Amino acid sequence: MRALRDRNGSLLDEALVLRFDGPATSTGEDLVELHCHGGRAVVAAILDALGAIEGVRSAQPGEFTRRAFENGRIDLTEAEGLADLIEAETESQRRAALMMAEGGLRKEIGAWQERLLGLAARAEAAIDYVDEDSVDGDPSLSSDCGALAEGLSRWLDRPRVEPLRDGVRVVISGPPNVGKSSLLNAIVGFDRAIVTNIPGTTRDHIEVPVAFAGVPVRLTDTAGLRESGESVERIGVDRARRLTELADVLLWLGEPGDVPDHPRAILVHPRSDLAGRRQPPTGTIAVSSLTGAGLAELTQVLVRKVRSVLPAEGEMALNARQAGCLDEARQALEQAGRSGDPVIAAELLRQARASFDRLTGRAGVEDLLDALFGRFCLGK
Amino acid sequence: MYDVLVIGGGHAGCEAAGAAARRGARVGLVTFRTEDIGQMSCNPSIGGVGKGHLVRELDVFDGLMGRAADRAAIHRRMLNRSKGPAVQGPRLQADRRLYRQAVAEQIGESGVELLVCEALRLIVRAGRIEGLETSIGTLACSALVIGTGTFLDARMFVGEKMIEGGRHGEQAARVLGAQVREIGLGQGRLKTGTPPRLDGRTIDWARLERQPSDEEQWTMSALGELAGRPQVHCAVTRTTERTHEIIEANFCRSPLFAGAIAGRGPRYCPSIEDKVKRFGGRDGHQVFLEPEGLDDALIYPNGISTSLPKDVQRQFIRTIPGLERAEIVRAGYAVEYEFVDPRSLGSTLQVHEIAGLFLAGQINGTTGYEEAAAQGLVAGLNAAATALDLEPVRFDRRSSYIGVMIDDLTLQGVSEPYRMMTARAEYRLALRADNATTRLGQAALAAGCVGDRRRRHIEKHFARRASPAWVATEEGRADALYAPYLQRQDREWDAVRRDSRIRLGSAFDYGAVPGLSNEMIERLSTARPETLDQASRIAGVTPAALSALHVAASRAEV
Repeated sequence: MRALRDRNGSLLDEALVLRFDGPATSTGEDLVELHCHGGRAVVAAILDALGAIEGVRSAQPGEFTRRAFENGRIDLTEAEGLADLIEAETESQRRAALMMAEGGLRKEIGAWQERLLGLAARAEAAIDYVDEDSVDGDPSLSSDCGALAEGLSRWLDRPRVEPLRDGVRVVISGPPNVGKSSLLNAIVGFDRAIVTNIPGTTRDHIEVPVAFAGVPVRLTDTAGLRESGESVERIGVDRARRLTELADVLLWLGEPGDVPDHPRAILVHPRSDLAGRRQPPTGTIAVSSLTGAGLAELTQVLVRKVRSVLPAEGEMALNARQAGCLDEARQALEQAGRSGDPVIAAELLRQARASFDRLTGRAGVEDLLDALFGRFCLGK
Repeated sequence: MYDVLVIGGGHAGCEAAGAAARRGARVGLVTFRTEDIGQMSCNPSIGGVGKGHLVRELDVFDGLMGRAADRAAIHRRMLNRSKGPAVQGPRLQADRRLYRQAVAEQIGESGVELLVCEALRLIVRAGRIEGLETSIGTLACSALVIGTGTFLDARMFVGEKMIEGGRHGEQAARVLGAQVREIGLGQGRLKTGTPPRLDGRTIDWARLERQPSDEEQWTMSALGELAGRPQVHCAVTRTTERTHEIIEANFCRSPLFAGAIAGRGPRYCPSIEDKVKRFGGRDGHQVFLEPEGLDDALIYPNGISTSLPKDVQRQFIRTIPGLERAEIVRAGYAVEYEFVDPRSLGSTLQVHEIAGLFLAGQINGTTGYEEAAAQGLVAGLNAAATALDLEPVRFDRRSSYIGVMIDDLTLQGVSEPYRMMTARAEYRLALRADNATTRLGQAALAAGCVGDRRRRHIEKHFARRASPAWVATEEGRADALYAPYLQRQDREWDAVRRDSRIRLGSAFDYGAVPGLSNEMIERLSTARPETLDQASRIAGVTPAALSALHVAASRAEV
């Protein structure tokens, strides 16, 4: 325990001070940790005092990991695993990150790469060994390319890591004045959105982070979808359309027949307390934000849908970068399977291999580093 | 005092000497015998898939091989004709004697001085080449190209017999071989082989499937002329189960399996005993019967190179349909020779440690005439650059097979004889045999190594490319066919170029990079990549190592 004082000698806090001598530290450099009391005023005062010292500044995003990496304390794969671990907020996130770090995905990738290499070798043999009768024609090459593409598709259909990390995007959508904002307030439990009976009150979207059964959700209220002559509202409506497309789960409050095409839409029949709205159409969940009727059922269905976009406990999940690379490989393989020109097919297989190289970091060093170090928020 | 001395009058040596002379250097070509200039020591054909691409590229720089091949052509085949323009490979059979003549004539016209002697010792002072001791005295030079092929400390094997020498009836360069090892360049031994030559008059041609020459009379060189020679046909036959039995029964008498030969042979061009050992269960292996010349009855049976004893060769040859009464004129043999780790060379084929010393051809671990000739061009152009203080000429993977080969050799090294294949070129769709002038014309003009005729041809070519009629030409149509893929490749190339801007340089201290394992340090120090991009292509260099290198190099620049 030490007394922390500013340069004028006035006491800032009594703090636990830990000193680590390099190079056997997490970054490889000398480190000091100050464990102070948690009040905002205390932290701010200490940061101010530190900032007043010449040569002291705050760490850039990812700087501690970058330094650890530069000083050879960790390698890139460990850094990637570390990035995930740092961002892990729940137990399932932590386990998924650990599995990645231990090479679970790498093993799967290794197996795909081997199959791909086999396909590429067959395509190449037919080109470079024209004279040899043993390699002439390979009728099953096309279907084998297609089969591998399908295998990749199945992986791409699996839940991704982002919803787990950033929260599942649940978007409330529908025409104006059907009670979208009321529903948001009812779910969240306090008056977050302004509710009036004037159509078009919600002009921009409102996002509220909530947790359902321990799962992080970003619940978003949007402007009612209608053609509007008013420019501010029109921008809001455009934005709402985009959000609807990006939603992991869609709560649709309009007529069931008007629901936008979405893989995980929940049809809600709002204002079920009103006379004339007591009979919900089939397939919809009747909800009254006023009385709370139907809210429990809706929450149940919502949690089920939300869970379906999350990786199952202990299941490996791809992040957007990995899925992007894999999808490129899948597309190339699919095209190779359809191409009748052996040279083009070989080129497409080469592209698929390049995509895998990017996935493992074998190519595009700069991209990988950018992607990796850009992910960190402050410090280690 | 020579600007450039070249040791070896084979494909690498002749192209090196010619290229240096075309850039204006005074060149001396050291050879054991003048008759060996332009000798095709193995198969009598030039070109093929990948190899034909190399010849066309070499031709843009006014190389000798394409034109010599056209003058000696007695059979033509455009390979892969059905598979699209990117992988079509021109290959022709050349009359051995006419080919040698054509090369010798071009060398004669080039101003290159022939020096008939044995090269004995390189004179190196303060890390720089200064001359060459030979059997006829000491010759001073500013730059020197070694293109000794398989002759460096070479041994030939026919069955249990072992003879010193690099080619049938010729000497080996033993003294030079010892010195190359002494100065730390020797890496190890490789082997290659050649089949027995048959007397064509004893072959039953009527029983065999004929391979006629192409009807279309294309040329290898853009300036090539159809020499109007009669076009002969080749024929195809195959080995039988009985052939394999005989070979198998005599494995113990093969120097390959008895342990006499330690060097590794090419996977791509295995001996017949290798084929039988590795794919024994197959019903037969193809044999192509290729005539060696118009007024020569010798037939080269492509596909059955062997070092089995002569009596076994005679026995198994006669189990092959059409060859039942065939006479062997000269037995097949294996050659084992010293080669140099090409990772000790930079992208101009200059030895890292010795300024002015260049290596080209089979000595660098390659196999094939075309591979050797293309390296000869690179070494010759750059030896002249060193001697005359001209710009170096570098080739990259995006614009030539030559660039692919040099990059592969100098970064990856070789563990078996290196042969060009289109599969090695990631930009294959752009590197076609039909667009070599488009790809390399400007570079050839800039290098100042072409004659008037070539210069006019290149200029005319680019004028035609700019005209609206271009889209209807064969090359224009091929451009259009691959355009969508080429655009994508352009983007890939941008990424390569970005990494190639991160320079490492030959003096980079890999040991000082934190986080590099000893294995990575060794791999990188051996290959000495010039840029991060090159480092990324070194086999076994891990992504983690690359990232560490990237950070260290970027930091060093700041």
